[in-house]
Amino acid sequence: MIEVDVRKRHGTFHLDLAFQTPVKGVLGLVGPSGAGKSTLFSLMSGISKPDDGRIAVGGLTLFDSERGIDIPSARRHIGIVFQDPLLFPHLSVKGNLLYASKGRETDDFEKTVQVAGLEQLLNRRPHKLSGGERQRVAIGRALLSKPKLMLLDEPLSALDQERKLEVLEHLIAVRALTKIPMIYISHASQEIRKIADRVLTIRDGRFVSLSDSPIGIHAEPTIPLDKNDGSYGV
Amino acid sequence: MLGLSPFEQEALALSIQVASNAVLWSLPPGIAVAYILARLHFPGHAVLNAIVHLPLVLPPVVIGYLLLIGLGRNSPVGGFLEDTLGIRFAFTAAGATIACAVVAFPLLVRAVRLSIEAIDTRYEAAARTLGASDWRVFTSVTLPLMAPGILAGATLAFARAVSEFGATITFAANIPGQTQTLPLALYTTLQSPGGEAAAMRLCLLSVGIAVLSLGLSEWLARRMQVNGDALR
Repeated sequence: MIEVDVRKRHGTFHLDLAFQTPVKGVLGLVGPSGAGKSTLFSLMSGISKPDDGRIAVGGLTLFDSERGIDIPSARRHIGIVFQDPLLFPHLSVKGNLLYASKGRETDDFEKTVQVAGLEQLLNRRPHKLSGGERQRVAIGRALLSKPKLMLLDEPLSALDQERKLEVLEHLIAVRALTKIPMIYISHASQEIRKIADRVLTIRDGRFVSLSDSPIGIHAEPTIPLDKNDGSYGV
Repeated sequence: MLGLSPFEQEALALSIQVASNAVLWSLPPGIAVAYILARLHFPGHAVLNAIVHLPLVLPPVVIGYLLLIGLGRNSPVGGFLEDTLGIRFAFTAAGATIACAVVAFPLLVRAVRLSIEAIDTRYEAAARTLGASDWRVFTSVTLPLMAPGILAGATLAFARAVSEFGATITFAANIPGQTQTLPLALYTTLQSPGGEAAAMRLCLLSVGIAVLSLGLSEWLARRMQVNGDALR
């Protein structure tokens, strides 16, 4: 199970969130801007620390303020892909991928390169890649760290429509091949419907709903949708 | 070489050696202090910052005098080092290196600190989520991203060390072949009758080294800017 029961105050924003969901498939995480989605990822991955509460994934407690547990980010085995791919600029694509696999070119390395379609890009520098290519490298890099859970924070939002489709296809292939559980943040309802099998909705730092299907997300009454692009309104 | 007399060649070689050593010895503490000032917030931060920058505003002669008081043969530290380890700083090439290092230190720290502050800390966070320890993050992400700033700072510090006069003559004296660097040699030739031609050659050499170093430092700073822009 993914067990979250945390509180975090940041300026005027106050996250107070509790939910439980199985560690399997792809959980879509939706909510308007400022709902606390990225903050939740930051707390789960150990980039920032909750004021108090508990986070556990697959039976392993990652954070527990009462018991004084706070496992460092490096040992949480949670891969994260940000909206900005954050590829290390001083390393080639291959260098970025090897960073995650601790320098070992294993079978997984070959497989990941193939699945993410990175064969032709290995010797290129990040700034020579298109937005879609960078995001595919970031996904491949996160996979090679052998995560028990992948967090994807609007990985397609900075891409044009064509690149979005390209990366989404790769993500779906990755999901089918690796079976690594994922939590996927997006404002685009089409993306959520295409990739997620459950949807967690939060708003103003609070739990709203956890549904077993992404089908009804258009009907979510608390999240207005922009009819033009199928995005959640801000 | 370049029409220089053996006396001038000796001063040039010594200057380069002293300035290079000063920069090399300053690099580890310079990077550490720059990192502390850029990333850590603690009581005494402003005091440390002021101490680091003091050599920029103090007359170099004062720095040389303070070094003489602190590390001279008659000081507790200098006496201990000489009596127990046989290490002597005052009036030696090692002393000239220390004087140059102290004077150039703030320039090195400022450039390195700016490069650390320019690093997007999300790269480091991303590295940690990939399983990297804090040490690996520092050596494989932070340090390479700081590299242009370190090089620019080292070049600037080198230029300052080559041109150092007041602290060196006060702490290390003006001994040919041992502590007589370019500015000190220039000063000596100016005091000698008929030394104008030699003084002009040494002057041009000093200007040439300074211009080259500043040009290199500026080029590295621009390169850092270009690389930063390419990432956005």
